Amino acid sequence: MKSSLDAKRLSIIRSRLIRMHFESGIGHIGGNLSSIDVLALLFNERMGQDDLFVLSKGHSAGALYVSLWSAGKLTDEDLQTFHRDGTLLAGHPPANGIREILFATGSLGHGLSLAAGTALALRFKGSSGHTYCLTSDGEWQEGSTWEGLIFAAHHRLTNLTVLIDHNGLQGFGHTSEIASMFPLFERLKSFDIDMHVIPGHDLDAIRAALDAPTDRLKCIVLQTVKGKGVSFMENRMEWHYLPLQEADYRQALKELGGL
Amino acid sequence: MRKQLCDALVARAGNPGMVFLTGDLGFMALEALQSALGDRFVNAGVAEQNMISVAAAMARQGLDVWAYSIAPFCYARPFEQIRNDIAFHRLPVRLVGNGGGYGYGVMGPTHHAIEDYGVLLTLPNMRVYAPVFDEDVAAVIDKAGKDTQATYIRLGRGEPPQGYAVPDYAAWRPLLSGGGAPVIAVGPLAGTYIKAIQNLPAARRPNLWALSELPLTLNPPPAALIEQMLASGRIYVAEEHVAQGSLASELAIYLLERGMSAKLIHLHARAHHYARYGSQAYLRAQSGLDPQSLLNAIGAAERL
Repeated sequence: MKSSLDAKRLSIIRSRLIRMHFESGIGHIGGNLSSIDVLALLFNERMGQDDLFVLSKGHSAGALYVSLWSAGKLTDEDLQTFHRDGTLLAGHPPANGIREILFATGSLGHGLSLAAGTALALRFKGSSGHTYCLTSDGEWQEGSTWEGLIFAAHHRLTNLTVLIDHNGLQGFGHTSEIASMFPLFERLKSFDIDMHVIPGHDLDAIRAALDAPTDRLKCIVLQTVKGKGVSFMENRMEWHYLPLQEADYRQALKELGGL
Repeated sequence: MRKQLCDALVARAGNPGMVFLTGDLGFMALEALQSALGDRFVNAGVAEQNMISVAAAMARQGLDVWAYSIAPFCYARPFEQIRNDIAFHRLPVRLVGNGGGYGYGVMGPTHHAIEDYGVLLTLPNMRVYAPVFDEDVAAVIDKAGKDTQATYIRLGRGEPPQGYAVPDYAAWRPLLSGGGAPVIAVGPLAGTYIKAIQNLPAARRPNLWALSELPLTLNPPPAALIEQMLASGRIYVAEEHVAQGSLASELAIYLLERGMSAKLIHLHARAHHYARYGSQAYLRAQSGLDPQSLLNAIGAAERL
């Protein structure tokens, strides 16, 4: 029986993420904090034995690992190896070794097609499993992502849910200032898909969107905040890259309520 | 070889796990396969990157997956998808590229595939098949279908001379024997040489070998070929592929690592440097790969 996620547990999960990144001296924290709500919700209370997940935004591997930890799929000792020599927990998801991680990702624009192929294969096999795919908003600049959308929408893959972590920031600035797709969800709507645009840190809103019945491909745009939960990181592009210093770490833990 | 490909795949279509993906190519060739497979024949549209990732994902789910396009669009456009999604995960996706080498000659350089197996064999967990004759295709499909790693099947057009009895498929095959130095030709190119050299005097006639599988680490050269090479002190390699990443370069490393050497004469594709285009035969001649060029090479070598 999976346990439901609440704000208190989510704070603990966020804090564990911060600790893991601090101890490893690794950045990419901002996009992990923007996407960890939906990841934790999926692995803690949503996904069953036959359901599958593809992390297209591979640079949010930390959020994936900590979500798997929160669901009992990885241990504390596993997390302590993050980004260290000999680890399975690389900076982007590994190719083999962790059952819940289907594909090595990190080059953007692959995940949606991988998820679509997975969903179509499940259909051919007569499986009741559902596939979830989390993309970033920036990776919709990759043409291959649109190839994946065209394919998934055309085949009406109702056993696939596309999630977009729409935090509006990417590697060197605002997404709208670099190669604008604004408003991204309006452009997506022009495809024959079931579109939901929701506050991405509202667990009940995420649940409602996931539960909404549909006869088409479902796409959920999660309007999120990069660095969510840590005041000095929120909506700051530099936290796409920066590692935490000691003072940052202490402050972040204090704001999140600690472990 | 497209008809033979279609026939061989139709014969497998009873497997409920088989899926065939095409990048919107195969008109007037693959309709029988489409009928046999029903919804498991997936036209992925003009979107090769997506097609390859979809193929990888389906193979990850245990399906028997074939992905088809004309050769350059099969390996070059979606190279990263082949590398990341197929090769890194050791997935047995069967990539089928039609018109390898200069197969789409006069269609222009975008349609040539003269660096395909060199590029793909830089990846882990990859095997290449280059059938020589139309009659090889069924055996190649059967063998590739049993592979546990990714495969790239480079299709062309079988060109044996009329009346030539095609030998059973094998990775290495001697097509002609004589007292001359060995010649290795890759894929259908081997068939084009038979007529030109079969009537040479036996003492001067080269030992013509056809190679259909790479890399050499999975299919080492036969002992008889090595003996011929060492006895004559030279070896010819002919391939419709650029020199970089070629069989010749792989063979040179293979031999030198084993302390064996011979004079290597390499006939290969000359990249995309032509001011004008023509048929496959025209482009082979421009590259020095046609039968006359081979005869000239043999003659020149004999005068050394």
